[in-house]
Amino acid sequence: MPREITYREALREGLDEELAYDDNVVIIGEEVAEYNGAYKVTEGLWKKWGDKRLIDAPISEAGFIGMGIGASMLGIRPVMELMFYSFAYVAFDQMMNNAATCRYMSGGLTNCPIVVRGPANGGTNVGATHSHTPENIFANMPGLKVVSPSDPYDVKGLIKSAIRDNDPVYFMESTVLYGMTGEVPSNDELEDGELIVPIGKAKVKREGTDISLIAHGRAVLTSLAAAEILAEKYDINAEVLDLRSIRPIDENAIMETVRKTHRAIYIEENKPFCGIGAQVSSMIMEQAFDDLDAPVLRITSADAPAFYSPPIEKLQLPTPEEIVERALTIC
Amino acid sequence: MASKSSNKSSTNYADDPINKSLSNEEKIELLRTMVRIRRFEQTSLKHYQGDKIGGFLHLYIGQESVAVGSISLLGDNDHVITAYRDHGHALTVGMGMNECMAEVFGKATGCSKGKGGSMHYFAPDKNYWGGHGIVGGQTPLGAGLAFALKYKGLEGCCLCYLGDGAINQGAFHESLNLASLWDLPVVYIIENNGYSMGTSQARSSAHPEEGLAARAEGYNMAWDKIEGVSIYEVRAGVQKAVERAHKESRPSIIEILTYRHHGHSVADANAEKYRTKEEIQRYKEEHDPIEFWKQTLIAEKVITEEDYKKINSEAGAEANEAADFALKSPFPEESEIFDDIYWEVDNNTEAGRTGRHFFHK
Repeated sequence: MPREITYREALREGLDEELAYDDNVVIIGEEVAEYNGAYKVTEGLWKKWGDKRLIDAPISEAGFIGMGIGASMLGIRPVMELMFYSFAYVAFDQMMNNAATCRYMSGGLTNCPIVVRGPANGGTNVGATHSHTPENIFANMPGLKVVSPSDPYDVKGLIKSAIRDNDPVYFMESTVLYGMTGEVPSNDELEDGELIVPIGKAKVKREGTDISLIAHGRAVLTSLAAAEILAEKYDINAEVLDLRSIRPIDENAIMETVRKTHRAIYIEENKPFCGIGAQVSSMIMEQAFDDLDAPVLRITSADAPAFYSPPIEKLQLPTPEEIVERALTIC
Repeated sequence: MASKSSNKSSTNYADDPINKSLSNEEKIELLRTMVRIRRFEQTSLKHYQGDKIGGFLHLYIGQESVAVGSISLLGDNDHVITAYRDHGHALTVGMGMNECMAEVFGKATGCSKGKGGSMHYFAPDKNYWGGHGIVGGQTPLGAGLAFALKYKGLEGCCLCYLGDGAINQGAFHESLNLASLWDLPVVYIIENNGYSMGTSQARSSAHPEEGLAARAEGYNMAWDKIEGVSIYEVRAGVQKAVERAHKESRPSIIEILTYRHHGHSVADANAEKYRTKEEIQRYKEEHDPIEFWKQTLIAEKVITEEDYKKINSEAGAEANEAADFALKSPFPEESEIFDDIYWEVDNNTEAGRTGRHFFHK
């Protein structure tokens, strides 16, 4: 029976293993050490690794993330936690200018091996300021990498890749996923002795032949639920492709599934304007136009700030029913 | 301890041990470096006006003693980061005139291969981390370089320069809090030339009567305010902070009073409107750091007027040769647009080959 652990535990295991793997890995963020993590991702790590490796930061994102970027130029591998990815906006200059462009402006003399991780999701009734999904904003900037894992296996494998990567990786999780369980083999079950998921590789989560539901983050789960309904009620066999990485993007996997099913919908909890779906549908149109039997559709969160009122906010996010409804218009 | 360093027992900075230890050759080198910076910039200005240089050109002329005096104190584990008025720091850490001149000309032989320009010089091999264009944006990075030194157990420090206009940026205040809270060996050097672009200090900064650096007290941090015209005073003042960083792993703010002869940048059309011509003239005549140091060394009989002329003409020739080098150098190839963005791509690693990184065309 394969081992099942939560997304949160898998993430913590990945962090723990990388703390052991490289002395230069240091975890810094608000409440990550003594408090054990605002969302308990780092629970127990301070006790195990001590003050040098886990550092509680003051509420000062521009300061401590910028500090991490500076330290990374000298070979430290800071893993910075944002309690919410929405708080990236107060560190925007550091994350957009310094992390992304120092390498270019120095003609390749510097690099910033920093990871900035935290939950980037809406749907938890915390209002608009705490519900931002900035994967498209950061993926817009060459020099940055953006990752959005949707299950425990990937979150562990990808955090390890992100920490070992020599470029800045912005690692976007979801508070809604932290408690989700899934299969994550222990290291002694693995041939390589550790679980690594490469950045830039998508994963087919459900094989299908009739339509491709392409998604990232929690929208992958919504898509999987929609695929079940499509199969059961409408005899439509949907393929679900989880991008996992936004930038770099697995273009081949996208084209492969489109060439197989000839229909595609991109589903994300991000906003529609210049969202990931806009990028992906443009790529499909350019490269697989002749393979399409229908226009590529996009399903996103509602184009409005996050609504506080719980029953209404629910309506802002993609649902399996919405995916089914839209899929039926092109199948 | 939150207090201004009490190092003013003697105002004869030449007698400070750190200055007493200077050999004549070292004193001449300090002069030579300042003169080289000035001639480099005067030459770049000429070519800027001749349309050979794009964008901005922020001249350091008048402030040379700050970079030259402070950087002369540094050892192998000490690092430097600054803002966009960065030519002086770059030449002082040992970057060559050719690569620096070629960079402002936008040439492939520039220190950043033409990708950074005047504001973004880097030389990690010389512990020099830029060259940063956003006002105050480098101040958390300075704390980070200091963090890395401390993390690795090295006895070193980071000199992080900023202008007086940068002290009102939030990132700077956040950096001060972190530096003091975490005992980071960083020395923030405020190069106070009196103007944040065209806005005078009086119109831009609220601060204690004692000066801008006195804001340090709010962060339980040591500070000092020194007159920048004299290399001796700069060295004596900054040395205290460097030692504090090395021995106590404590940060400092050092405010150094200085003056820029030119505008905020060469494109500053109002350089003689927000400052009177008389004020500029007075600083040029009475507070020029090169003239001041030259006279000091002549009085000490370290150099003669003839020696100075030779240094000046050699620096001028070097700058002209650098401009020739820059003019003759090729522009970067269009194919280089996609180099130096991702380390993994540049190094053709498996990670660099996995997935699509670029979306142009």
